Amino acid sequence: MMSRLGLALFAGWVVILATTPLFAENYIVRTAIMIAMYSALALSWNIIGGFTGYPSFATVAFFGVGCYVGGIAQRAGVPMALAWAIATVAVGAMAAALGAIILRLKGHYFAIGSIAIVEVCRLVISSWRSVTGGGDGLNVPLLRWHPDAVAQFFLLVMIGIMLAAFVMNALVDRHRLGFGLKCIRQNEDAADMVGVDTTRYKIVGFTLSALLCGTVGAAYASWVGYIDPTDSFQILMTVKVPVMALMGGAGTVLGPALGAAAFVILEEIFWANFLEWNRAILGAIIVALIFFLPGGLLNISWRRAARRLRGRESAEAPA
Amino acid sequence: MSAPLLELEAVTRSFGGIRAVDGVSMRLNEGEVVGLIGPNGAGKTTLVNVITGVHTATSGRVRFRGEDVTAQRPFQAARRGLCRTFQIVQPFPEMTVLDNVAAGAMFGGRIDAIGAAREAAREHLEFVGLAPLSDKPASALTLAARKRLELAKSLAMKPKVLMLDEVNAGLNSAEIDGALELIRKIAARGVTILLIEHLMKVVLSVTERVLVLHHGALIAEGEPHAMVRDEKVIEAYLGEKYAKRYREAAGV
Amino acid sequence: MQIAQILANGLVLGALYACLAVGFSLVWGVLNVINMLHGSFIILGGYLTFFAWRDFGIHPLVMLPPVALLTFAIGYAVQYGLVNKVVTAPVLTTLTLTFGLDMIIYNLMTVGFHATPVKVSLGLGSVSAFGVRMPVDRLMGMGLALLLTGALYYVMRASTIGRAIVAVRMDRAAAALMGIRVNHIYAVTFGIGALMAGLAGVIFAVIFPVTTNLSGMYLGKAFVVCVIGGLGSVPGALVGGLVLGVVESFAGHFFGPAHALTVGFLLMLALLVVKPTGLVGVKGYE
Repeated sequence: MMSRLGLALFAGWVVILATTPLFAENYIVRTAIMIAMYSALALSWNIIGGFTGYPSFATVAFFGVGCYVGGIAQRAGVPMALAWAIATVAVGAMAAALGAIILRLKGHYFAIGSIAIVEVCRLVISSWRSVTGGGDGLNVPLLRWHPDAVAQFFLLVMIGIMLAAFVMNALVDRHRLGFGLKCIRQNEDAADMVGVDTTRYKIVGFTLSALLCGTVGAAYASWVGYIDPTDSFQILMTVKVPVMALMGGAGTVLGPALGAAAFVILEEIFWANFLEWNRAILGAIIVALIFFLPGGLLNISWRRAARRLRGRESAEAPA
Repeated sequence: MSAPLLELEAVTRSFGGIRAVDGVSMRLNEGEVVGLIGPNGAGKTTLVNVITGVHTATSGRVRFRGEDVTAQRPFQAARRGLCRTFQIVQPFPEMTVLDNVAAGAMFGGRIDAIGAAREAAREHLEFVGLAPLSDKPASALTLAARKRLELAKSLAMKPKVLMLDEVNAGLNSAEIDGALELIRKIAARGVTILLIEHLMKVVLSVTERVLVLHHGALIAEGEPHAMVRDEKVIEAYLGEKYAKRYREAAGV
Repeated sequence: MQIAQILANGLVLGALYACLAVGFSLVWGVLNVINMLHGSFIILGGYLTFFAWRDFGIHPLVMLPPVALLTFAIGYAVQYGLVNKVVTAPVLTTLTLTFGLDMIIYNLMTVGFHATPVKVSLGLGSVSAFGVRMPVDRLMGMGLALLLTGALYYVMRASTIGRAIVAVRMDRAAAALMGIRVNHIYAVTFGIGALMAGLAGVIFAVIFPVTTNLSGMYLGKAFVVCVIGGLGSVPGALVGGLVLGVVESFAGHFFGPAHALTVGFLLMLALLVVKPTGLVGVKGYE
C-alpha cells in the first residue's frame, strides 16, 4: 500500500522527468529516458521478484528479445507502434512458455534457470545470423525527425511505459493476484494448501513481469537505431534491475521506481567523474546496500524514527 | 445410510519400498466427528496428505461427494472444502494474523475482494478468540495462538471436511480444554471433522467413531471407548509383550 | 576429425571444467551461496601466473602454492568478514552481495592488469598416440586438474576439516552443537572454493588466454557443470565437467563452435527441469 504523500511525490517526479527537455540539456534528457526505462524494467521485475519472491534474472532476456522482435518487425515494414505491440505480445508468450518450465524450480535453481534463459536467448540470437544478423547486429529504421524531437518523443514513450508498469504494480498489489503472490513468497506450500493455484499464479506473475520489458526493448531498439547481442543482452543489466528494485524496496509499489532513479543517477555521476573506477564504485554501493539498507530506501526506518519521536512525545505527555 | 461425504477405497501410498499407507478403505459421513489414532509413524499424516492432494495415492481411489478426487492438487482440495491444519503450523510469517485468515477466505473460501475477505476473517478470528491479535504478524504468536490461527484459517476456507492434525500437540492442559471447546463448537456448525490425535482424553470426549491406523493399515474401527479396550489396538500401541502384561494387570 | 580425437578433446576439456567448477560447487552446496566471485578468482590466479612467468621467469608449476595461499586467504576473509553476516538471508541477497564484490575485484583487475589477453606459452609441442593428437600443455593441464580435484576429494573424505565441512553441510545446527565453529568452517569452505578457482587459473593460464573478459564465461561454465553433475560433491563436479566437456566437443564439431555453448546451456536447462539434483546429486540443497 502506498501513502498519498508517496503518490504525490511520484506524480511530481514524473512531471519533472517529462519536462526535462524544457529546461535541461540533451545529456540530462538522455538520463531521464534511461531513468524511465529502468524504472519500467524494475517495476516489471517487482511482480515476480518482489511480490512473489522468485529471484529472477531473466529481465534482460525479455528486454533483448523485445529489442529483436521489434527491430526485425520494423525492418519488415511494420509500423513502429505495431512493432512494439508485437514485441510485447511475443515476449509475454515466451515468458508464459518458459515460466511453465522454470517456475517449477525454487531458490537458487530458479535463479540459475532464469540466467540460463538469458544465455540461451543471447546465443540463439547471435547464431541465427540469417534473421538477426548475428554478432554484426541489425540497423533499425530511425525516426527522421530533428534529434531533439526524437529524444522528447522517446522520453514520453518511456515515461508512458513506466506509468503502465506502475499502474500494473498498483493493480496487482490490490487484486487477489497480488495477495496470492505474496502468500507464495511467504510460504509456497501453505499458499497451495489455502487454495492458491500456485502454478498458475506464478506463471501469470512471470508473464506480467515480462510483458513491458518487451515493450521497453522494442522502443529502445527504435530509439538507438542499432541493436546487437552484446548490447541487448548485457550481463550487467541482468543484475542491475533486481539491484535497483532492492535498492528502493522490493515488493512495494514505489520502491523500484525510486531505486531505478537513484541507481541511474549515481551511475551517471560515477561515469562522468570516475570513468576508470565506475564498476568498482557500483560494486561498493551494492555491497553497502546489502549491509546498510537491507529493506531498501523506502523501508529506511523513517517510520521507526517517526515512531520513536512520537514515543518520546507521548512519554513526555502527562499520564 | 446415505452416501458418504468422503470415501477412501483401498488407498495405498508408497515411498520407495515403504508403504506409508497400505490399502486403507474408510468413509466419513456428513456431520460426523471421527478420530484417527495410531502410534507414531502409523501413517496418519500421510493419509491426510493423500486426502488433501499433497501426495497422490499410489493406488486406490479417493472420492469426495461421489467425485473421484484422487489426482487433485492441494489447492483444488482446499477449494473443494477438504481443509486441514498442520502438525507443524504453516503460517505466512510476515503477514498479519488477519491477512493470514483472509488468505484462507479469499482463496479457499472463494471471496474475491480483499475487503470482504478481511471482514470474513475478522469473524473467524473472533470465533477462535484471536481477534485482539489481528494486527500482529503471525510470526509473533505463541504456539497455542498459532494453532488457533491455523484453525481460523481453515474455517475461513469454508470446510466441508476439516482434518485436524495434532492440534493439541505441545499445548498445556488449559489450552487443550480451550481447543476442545472450539472443536465442539465447529462440529456443532455441521462441519465433518477428522481428528488426528495422540491424547486419548481428547479422542474420548469429542469423537463418535475412531479409526486405528498401524503400519499404514487400518486395524480397527469403532466406538471410541471400545477401541481403547481393543486388544489389537493395545498391542499396536504397547507391543505384544507389554500388551500381555497390561492385560494381566487389568485382570482380563 | 575422427570420433576418437573429438572424444579426447572433450575429456581434456572436461577435466579442466571439473577443476574449474569443483570449488564453486563446494561453496554452493555447503553454504547455499552462489559465489559470483568464482570467475574472477580464476582470472586472478591466471594473471599472477602470467606475470610471474613473464617478469621473473617463474615456471607456472611453482606458482601453485603461492596462488593457493593467496586466494584461500582472500576467500576466507571475504566469507568471514562479509558473506557470513548475511549467509542465512534469501538467495537474492547473497547472490547480489557476491556480485557486488565481483564488480569491485573485476574493476581492480582491469585497472591493474589491463584487459588485453595474455598467455603463458611453454612451447611444449604436442604428442600423438592411436591417431589422436594432443598438445602437451593441455595434457599436463588435464593431469594437474584431475590431481587437484582428487586431492580435494581426499581432503573432504579424510581430513578433520573435511569431515567438519560435510557435517555443517548436513545440519548446521547440529554441527554447531557438536562444537564445530560454523562461521570458521564456512570461511574455510569459501577459502577452499577460492583456492580451487585460483589453481584452476594457474592451469588455464598455460592453455587459454588470460583476460578479465573471460571471468563471466568461466562462471557460466561452473554453473552448468554444477547443474549437470549435482551440487556440493567432488564426484558431481567431475561427472558434470566431463559430460559438459564431451558434449561441447561433439556439439562444436557437428554444429560449429558457437553452438557448443548453446548446447551446453540447453543441456543444463533440460536437466534443471528433469533432474534438478544433477546426475550424481543426492538431495538438492533447497
